[in-house]
Amino acid sequence: MRIGAIVTRIIQQMKRDKRTLALLFLAPLLVLSLMSFIFNSNEASSVTLVISNAPAPLIDKLKETDFIIIEDNAFSKKQLHDKEYDGWLAIEQNASKLTLLNDDPSLAKTLAMQLAQVLQPSQAAMGSFETDYVYGDEDTAIFDIFSPMLIGFFVFFFVFLITGIALLKERTSGTLERLLATPIKRSEIVAGYMVGYGLFAFLQTIIIVLFGIYVLDIVHVGSIWLVLLINMMVALVSLSLGALLSSFAASEFQMMQFIPLVIVPQVFFSGIFPLDSMAEWLQNIGRIMPLYYAADALNGVMYKGYSLPDIIVNLSILACFAIVFITLNMISLKKYRSL
Amino acid sequence: MGNQAISIKSLEKRFQHKQVIAPLSLDVPKGQLMGLLGPSGCGKTTLIKMIMGMLKPDSGTIQVLDLTVPHKQLLNDIGYMAQSDALYTDLTGEENLHFFAKLYSLSKAERIERVAYAARLVRLTDDLQLKVENYSGGMKRRLSLAIALIQNPKLLILDEPTVGIDPVLKKEIWQELIRLKEQEQKTILVTTHAMDEAERCDQLAMLRSGHIIAQGTPQELKEHYQAKDFDEVFVKAGGEVQ
Repeated sequence: MRIGAIVTRIIQQMKRDKRTLALLFLAPLLVLSLMSFIFNSNEASSVTLVISNAPAPLIDKLKETDFIIIEDNAFSKKQLHDKEYDGWLAIEQNASKLTLLNDDPSLAKTLAMQLAQVLQPSQAAMGSFETDYVYGDEDTAIFDIFSPMLIGFFVFFFVFLITGIALLKERTSGTLERLLATPIKRSEIVAGYMVGYGLFAFLQTIIIVLFGIYVLDIVHVGSIWLVLLINMMVALVSLSLGALLSSFAASEFQMMQFIPLVIVPQVFFSGIFPLDSMAEWLQNIGRIMPLYYAADALNGVMYKGYSLPDIIVNLSILACFAIVFITLNMISLKKYRSL
Repeated sequence: MGNQAISIKSLEKRFQHKQVIAPLSLDVPKGQLMGLLGPSGCGKTTLIKMIMGMLKPDSGTIQVLDLTVPHKQLLNDIGYMAQSDALYTDLTGEENLHFFAKLYSLSKAERIERVAYAARLVRLTDDLQLKVENYSGGMKRRLSLAIALIQNPKLLILDEPTVGIDPVLKKEIWQELIRLKEQEQKTILVTTHAMDEAERCDQLAMLRSGHIIAQGTPQELKEHYQAKDFDEVFVKAGGEVQ
């Protein structure tokens, strides 16, 4: 009932604040689109694929794609390197081999994926499918790897900002203190906030995920429901963290100062930069950051096609973060009222 | 005990070594309108917040309606109006009233009735659909007062309720406070530094630098200090302490 009162109030307030709504729902789409254009800008350039010894039906099938197809039965890796074609598919008995130039990882990734889709039905018949690279290896993708993490990041960032500032406003305008002069429980205030802003975070998550997957064509091999689930968990963590940190800020400006302290470092540890090559102690820093687990889970599901059991550890850790932050929130409200 | 609405015993509060409330004892009898009088910065709001259970005293005890502060039940029984208007400015007056009414778990029918009553009382019925950010200072004050009355509390604690309200409305609000006290047996504790308001209280307590420097009915105080108005009482009482 009282939780409901807070939820209704938050919805009323948000509905009137069109700009904040736009920030919440449209800004992530804008930035995500921009990043997608920047990282995928070479997609417009044609992809050239050399094929050797392919059966006729496969060639026909490949010609239906956007690839420029060159048939050459006596091709070599050296030639691929010299001529800078994007890929070379050699069909042999039981051991098909794909060699990617991979000078641009995102391009090579797209090529390999599209090819995999084309070959899918006949793949079993063709036996194993081996991939080789001229430059780098299969780990050198950029946007594919960090686009799932970007989705998580936007959910985290915008929810953090909006909840933090909303609760801060409530503190500075004295309404929080006034609220605590009513019989409402501290847990009800926290729950009201979680549900109220959680609703908007949920909407935002759905919009970002659908936009990312269906409009920007971000790779997703796993279940979209899992993606939504992970992002809801991210929103919950960020909601509770934003609310908590707002009690350490005296103004909106001070709230903004948490961005370089809390948000930016998390980006560094969430998969844009390869963590494996970092020093051990540096990797350990990543492990105290919620986005590290979120990015790992999102990457797993969207890029590697993980299912629930594979990401349950990450989800549980995120849940622990949320529980800790929510508890701290309730404790921090004690400063207004001891009951 | 029993007929005191508020009973404060040797209450002390300091903020970083600055004594804000010196050991102070005060009783507010049930069904009375008690005025807490004092200049700005004398500790009125600190005292009120401690009675509300929003600040923890360093020592001493407070009993309100026979319960020791802080107590959950008291939050239901006290109607509180803070010194600064704590309102949701992006909501309408009506939405603000309904929001607070819901926090007191009033049923829907009760809520509608109480919102209408409280709005009528502070003459805001016609402005309820307006967003609070468009309200004048006086209207915000009135809305805060309406919120304090929303759950029909036994005890009203009002921190400078009439600041920024014009004389006509101020008179009406005081008439209503006196009616609430007489007809509905409510106990009211009001802080003010307006001397004309002091005259209307049943009991007055004068607060200065965290001490109660004088207490009694307005008439008693005037007689005691042989003053013709409260400005004079105040000056004389203050001089005595120093």
